[in-house]
Amino acid sequence: MAAATFRFTIDGIDVEASEGQSVIEACDAAGIYIPRLCHHPDLAPAGNCRVCTCKINGRNGAACVTPAARGMVIESNTPQLTDDRRAVIEMLFVEGNHPCPYCVASGDCELQALGYRLGMVAPTQPYQWPGRKIDATHPDIYLDHDRCILCSRCIRASRMEDGKTVFGFEGRGIKMRLNVDAEGGLGETQMAAIDKAAGVCPVGCIVVKRGAYQVPNGSRRFDKAPIGSDIEAKRGSRKP
Amino acid sequence: MSATTDSALQAIVGEFGADRSRLLDIVEQVQRRFGHISDRAIQLISTLLGIHRVEIEDMVSFYAFFNREPRGRFRIRLSRTPISFMKGAREVALAFEQALGISLGETSADGAFTLEWTSDIGMADQEPAALINGTVLTALTPADVPQIVTSLRQSCARDDPGALPQPARPEAALPKANIRSSLVKAGPLLSGLAGRTDGIRAALALSPDKVIEEITKSKLRGRGGAGFPTGMKWRFTRKAVGSDHYVVCNADEGEPGTFKDRVLLSEFPDLVFDGMTIAGYALGARHGLVYLRGEYAYLWDSLQEVLKTRRRLGLLGKNIGGQQQFDFDIRIQLGAGAYICGEESALLESLEGKRGAPRDRPPFPTERGYLRQPTAVDNVETFACAARIMEKGAAWFAGFGTAQSTGTKLVSISGDCVHPGVYEVPFGTTISELLDQAGAPEAIYVQVSGPSGQSVAPKDFGRSLGYEDLSTGGSTMVFGPGRDVLEIALQFADFFVAESCGWCTPCRVGTTLLKQGMEKVVAGRATVADVAQLESLGNTVMRMSRCGLGQSAPNPILTTMRSFPELYEARLAPVPFTSRVTLHDALREAVAVQGREPVTEES
Repeated sequence: MAAATFRFTIDGIDVEASEGQSVIEACDAAGIYIPRLCHHPDLAPAGNCRVCTCKINGRNGAACVTPAARGMVIESNTPQLTDDRRAVIEMLFVEGNHPCPYCVASGDCELQALGYRLGMVAPTQPYQWPGRKIDATHPDIYLDHDRCILCSRCIRASRMEDGKTVFGFEGRGIKMRLNVDAEGGLGETQMAAIDKAAGVCPVGCIVVKRGAYQVPNGSRRFDKAPIGSDIEAKRGSRKP
Repeated sequence: MSATTDSALQAIVGEFGADRSRLLDIVEQVQRRFGHISDRAIQLISTLLGIHRVEIEDMVSFYAFFNREPRGRFRIRLSRTPISFMKGAREVALAFEQALGISLGETSADGAFTLEWTSDIGMADQEPAALINGTVLTALTPADVPQIVTSLRQSCARDDPGALPQPARPEAALPKANIRSSLVKAGPLLSGLAGRTDGIRAALALSPDKVIEEITKSKLRGRGGAGFPTGMKWRFTRKAVGSDHYVVCNADEGEPGTFKDRVLLSEFPDLVFDGMTIAGYALGARHGLVYLRGEYAYLWDSLQEVLKTRRRLGLLGKNIGGQQQFDFDIRIQLGAGAYICGEESALLESLEGKRGAPRDRPPFPTERGYLRQPTAVDNVETFACAARIMEKGAAWFAGFGTAQSTGTKLVSISGDCVHPGVYEVPFGTTISELLDQAGAPEAIYVQVSGPSGQSVAPKDFGRSLGYEDLSTGGSTMVFGPGRDVLEIALQFADFFVAESCGWCTPCRVGTTLLKQGMEKVVAGRATVADVAQLESLGNTVMRMSRCGLGQSAPNPILTTMRSFPELYEARLAPVPFTSRVTLHDALREAVAVQGREPVTEES
């Protein structure tokens, strides 16, 4: 049975949506890109990063966790929201340690790509320089906590897609960290390199060993086109 | 040893029916029994509940009152708030450090004591206050400390070394282990209380829909501060489809400076339980839950006694008041030190035995709340109001207060005033009138509704309490001449750093950045550009955060900027730029390592 469809507008553009879709899903399908970081199309949304925050019927809300509804009026691409989103991206840059020039994920990193797309030059806030460790206990995967942005993608993927619950959070507030389901590190968990959880990290925190630099810098996803281009291309191709 | 430990752990898990949703209770008991949550405990609980250890660590590591490593058998937690500092908490802390030979945050070598700060414990009218294993000490002075430490050492020697001293035990022996009644002024809500069943009897004489109608007519709004119309909330919950409906009393009174729920729960618990029972009848709920903040654990026994009596009188249990098919009972859930759990969706997560991370809405708790069932979460005071409304009628209630804010409000006043305590005042009362009653004619600054509320300068003391003007949960902190407003704002900023749950970026990182920005202001090193940037950051955190905590975390800074711009101006560094870190601070580590100061050019 096909779900009932209805319409709403975002930045004045008419979008068709169906029952059960979130705002971000409906906009993705319509070829309208809302910047986002923790959201992943294969995973249930969690609303961690708040980058996809839009003004929905006059109130700020995250597009990934807001169900689309008939007649919604949404603002997304406004100077204020762009400023706020850039500020949030900046916060993530200063919270962890993100050495883009020599990071294995450079060019493939969604945090870096959003920094470019939202016009971040250099963080205006102070670096926090947290002391975080690398977990290299697993034969095929290493965890570089310096680069973790606490987006919960791996937590959700491991629990829902892999059925393993390898990851979880630990602590609260600025001391919150990614934790693994074993005292002795990732190597003692059920984690495997082919797991969904190993492939959803938006940054360079969960890295499969022996695969780095197979695609050289300069030829990677976001070296070629800005983040979101794939979604926006859908709209372009639909234009009459 | 290990076998005994294991069987004790098994018994604890068994006590809660190996129910995953009771994980908070299970861990609470383990903490109380063993003083910490060991690796072995995590492993065993995970096996017995059939969940992953990472899920248990996720929850345990969230709450301030749980710890993974052994700490002192007596945990001395000193309340850290601007009010406690004004009343001498720093001096008391120093006295404890000297008496115990340890610094704050440390555990003594013999494992007897841990000394640490904690967020406001709900005793703002009798600070400096402290919690020692759940026992509350108030109005402390440095002179009390040696005797306290001696008493604790003696009881330590007496106790079975296997078990932690229980909260009730040291009470008799400890000086200052008494809590003064805080009610200064009762109004219509808290006076003329007749029989305890009047409200319930009146409600049961009506149909559930009529009860909700009466509450709606009274225009009662939530007393936690947000002010959602209670009648509407109850109607939504009643109408929502679910296998069970729940009534939840939010007694996680964590907003610094408030203690009125403590007064209600210690002096008027029946009125609160009446209100919950009425809500149960109106919503068609069979289960009521009180989420009691961990700091109020000392109320546990007395509240359980009240519940027991009510069961005996037929006010809880089956066929209440002879009403066929009205079954309702109340369980108390103890929290474990997390301000965020006062946010209703975080409270529900915590009730389910998880970390207190707020949920995204919709769905709202009225549709999917506790265990995904329709749930009405209301403040302690709201239930007390509901009970009186049923007893005396909606018109009686609406006769007090203003058109949009009916009834009275319990206000907790603390700080630089002669008579701190709880005042029941009608909505519409001005700040000036409050200050007159409390004896604070010289106030230079009032913080209304706690750090998440707003700062009010003397020019605005004519403003009044009410949802249409100064919305408040009741916290009213008064600061007199000579107090440093910006230093206080910094302390509030620090509070939000400690209490941010960490789920979303703007609050998790933003609270720390706001505090660092404010530190620069207070140090007199901020430039005009820094202050502008701080304001902009505050606005981003307010607009982008997921829940009320993050959305209001910048308030101490943003509202003092508006109320006291001249104070910020006076602290500005009169230069276009100052570095965030001074050269001296940047080199501190190297100086310590090398053991010599750097040679400066001038020398």
